[in-house]
Amino acid sequence: MRRTTHVLVTAVLALMVLLLPATAASATEEPSPTPATPSASTPAPVDTPPPGAYVGVTLVDSSTEPPTPVPGVTLSVTSADGDEIGEGVTNDDGRAFISIPERGEYTVELDESTLPDDVAFDGSTTRTVNALLEGGNFVQFQIGVAAVEQVPFAEKFMTALVGGIKFGLIIGLAALGLSLIFGTTKLTNFSHGELITFGAIATYVMNRAFGLPVILAVVAAVVVSAAFGWLQDKFLWKPLRNKGIGIIAMMIVSIGFGIFLRFIFQFGFGGSRRSLSQYVTQKRQDYGIFSLADKEAAIIIVAVLVLTVTCIGLMKTRLGKAMRAVSDNPALSASSGLRVDGVIRSVWILGTALTGLSGALLAINSQVNFQMGFKLLLLVFAAVTLGGLGTIWGALLGSMIIGILYEVGPLFGIPSSIKEVGALVVLILILLVRPQGILGRPERIG
Amino acid sequence: MDFGTIFSSALASALGPTAIVYALAAIGLNVHFGYTGLLNFGQAGFMAVGGFGLAVCVVTYDLPFIVGILVALIAAVVLAIILGVPTLRLRADYLAIATIATAEILRLIVGAVETKDVFGGSNGLSGFASTFNGLNPYDRGIDIGIISYRRSDLWTLTVGWTLVILACLLVWLLMRSPWGRVLRSIREDEDAVRSLGKNVFAYKMQALVLGGVFGGMGGIVLALSQNNIKGSDFSTNVTFYAYTALLIGGAARVLGPVIGAMIFWFLMTGIGSFFSQATRGSDPLIPSDIMTDTQASLVRLILVGLGLMLLMIYRPQGIFGDRKELAIDAR
Repeated sequence: MRRTTHVLVTAVLALMVLLLPATAASATEEPSPTPATPSASTPAPVDTPPPGAYVGVTLVDSSTEPPTPVPGVTLSVTSADGDEIGEGVTNDDGRAFISIPERGEYTVELDESTLPDDVAFDGSTTRTVNALLEGGNFVQFQIGVAAVEQVPFAEKFMTALVGGIKFGLIIGLAALGLSLIFGTTKLTNFSHGELITFGAIATYVMNRAFGLPVILAVVAAVVVSAAFGWLQDKFLWKPLRNKGIGIIAMMIVSIGFGIFLRFIFQFGFGGSRRSLSQYVTQKRQDYGIFSLADKEAAIIIVAVLVLTVTCIGLMKTRLGKAMRAVSDNPALSASSGLRVDGVIRSVWILGTALTGLSGALLAINSQVNFQMGFKLLLLVFAAVTLGGLGTIWGALLGSMIIGILYEVGPLFGIPSSIKEVGALVVLILILLVRPQGILGRPERIG
Repeated sequence: MDFGTIFSSALASALGPTAIVYALAAIGLNVHFGYTGLLNFGQAGFMAVGGFGLAVCVVTYDLPFIVGILVALIAAVVLAIILGVPTLRLRADYLAIATIATAEILRLIVGAVETKDVFGGSNGLSGFASTFNGLNPYDRGIDIGIISYRRSDLWTLTVGWTLVILACLLVWLLMRSPWGRVLRSIREDEDAVRSLGKNVFAYKMQALVLGGVFGGMGGIVLALSQNNIKGSDFSTNVTFYAYTALLIGGAARVLGPVIGAMIFWFLMTGIGSFFSQATRGSDPLIPSDIMTDTQASLVRLILVGLGLMLLMIYRPQGIFGDRKELAIDAR
């Protein structure tokens, strides 16, 4: 059976390249770095940094609590030309120092056979460091977390699939919001990504500034988002509709509004990524064929519940029917006695509330950043276009496909650093083959 | 507060290489959006294939400079055709989404670690401008008191503004030709043009190609002026700033994008250095608990967003535009 205990090792290599004090010294002194190349076959651990420039490495096993240093591991440094520069052995603090002669690019290699038996990792054992003698650089990077036992493909696939479903549900909330707004107003809202960010930042503010527990903060953020939608419609979109501004002009207004909001967020929130106060790190629970952290399970349950309730509401309630009627034919709805403006207002409130919830769940899932929603905008567009612009079920179906594609794609060769590309290529392809989307009707595409 | 410095830096920016890049990009958008009514939100993608077409040829494949320029322009043509075939028959917002997605795909691919060997990863490519700089006839820079440019910038400016003038001349000639009149009629009423027996798709495609080539030229000038090119130079904001420049000057006007780009960069740099000065020093004009100098650099970007909204709402024709000429919208 599967081994449940994976020995996880995080080897944190902290590479420090220090400046020679000579550069600051008088002009008479040549800044000659000491080319100290230890040629001894088995170097002993050194406790203090050598004079001159060096590469400093710290090796820590973070699978234990607290993290313990890993002593007695051999590290070798080679220059860009492939010349062996030197070796070092980590001391009791897990640190090693290797002198380097001059600035340039060096490769640090960890000798895996010298690792203690109970620690291992399968990531790359080499790291490249660009040593700059000027400026006292301090470089720190992770060498990766890995398991002793290779995870079977089926298990990796299941984990990615469940992750994809979670991600699909999160963007599904935003996509439903976008699709509702598009359906009733015909506006392709390019500021929709910022509404996701708004939900996340509102959660952060409620949580950190007002001290609410995260769960209450999410509820408050959804309420604030709904209010934001109402305000937007009242002071921006409704006056524009009344002014008779065309759809394309409105789209450009939404771009301007998106830029405006995004940099307002950066102005107030800063450029960094920040975490909520609770549920930041959670261990994954093993559910047999996949594993999920508790917060991820909660996100999935909340999203499914909210989406179900919203869809039932759209199908069964008077307001829901009115929304679908306006979406279908605003003029006919108006002449049948529907208050179209009121319906559109409700759609803005509902749409931004759903989108805000999507942002709040993302904030719990990872972290808050001023452009997190903007980065998702095109994926949400892809989801909505794939399913069928303006259709409710299409938005959900499209989101699930895009979410799963996004997470599972890397297992089938899409480089994980650009995993958005897969989803965006699907967007282009669907326009080529079936522009109305999977569930859309052809008359919508003009 | 040193208004002299603010003014001269703003002026230098309005006449400088960046304004040229945005002028060329906006001339392209003017052909697309202003004259033909095509919503190309991926001008950054055309700029990227232009800039990287040159850089990849010269740096990665060690081809001659002139081959690089040709490849860059052909790449823009090819991109326009690839984009146009699936989307030009669809409604305007589909083209918008498809172009913005394509531009993002290109940006992600050229900046990715996996394609580092070809595109140079996040550091991008550099060292392709030696042939261009070798042609530099000037032996020193220029300094006329209020603004000054270095020798290399002066050469870029000469070539760049010449390109802008040629592009404007071409657009002016084309748009008063029968071909240009068909484009404008397509913008006004596509179905009417189609009923007259014109191949609307072909005309739109030609417009997309022409505007894309101007965008590609913008990318080439960008690459040459900074002698480096990387994926992050082509974010979606680049396209939106080019739109803002176009709308400031006025769409469907030959000189609109050029004047717009100059005004846009005059304001961007001027406002930027005003707020930077206002928040710097021991006793800043704006106290640091209201605004720090990091935040000061964001004010101009916030204003871009606000400006774009207000322009579109209150003066969609821009400064020089004619409201009758430009009925942005239709469907």
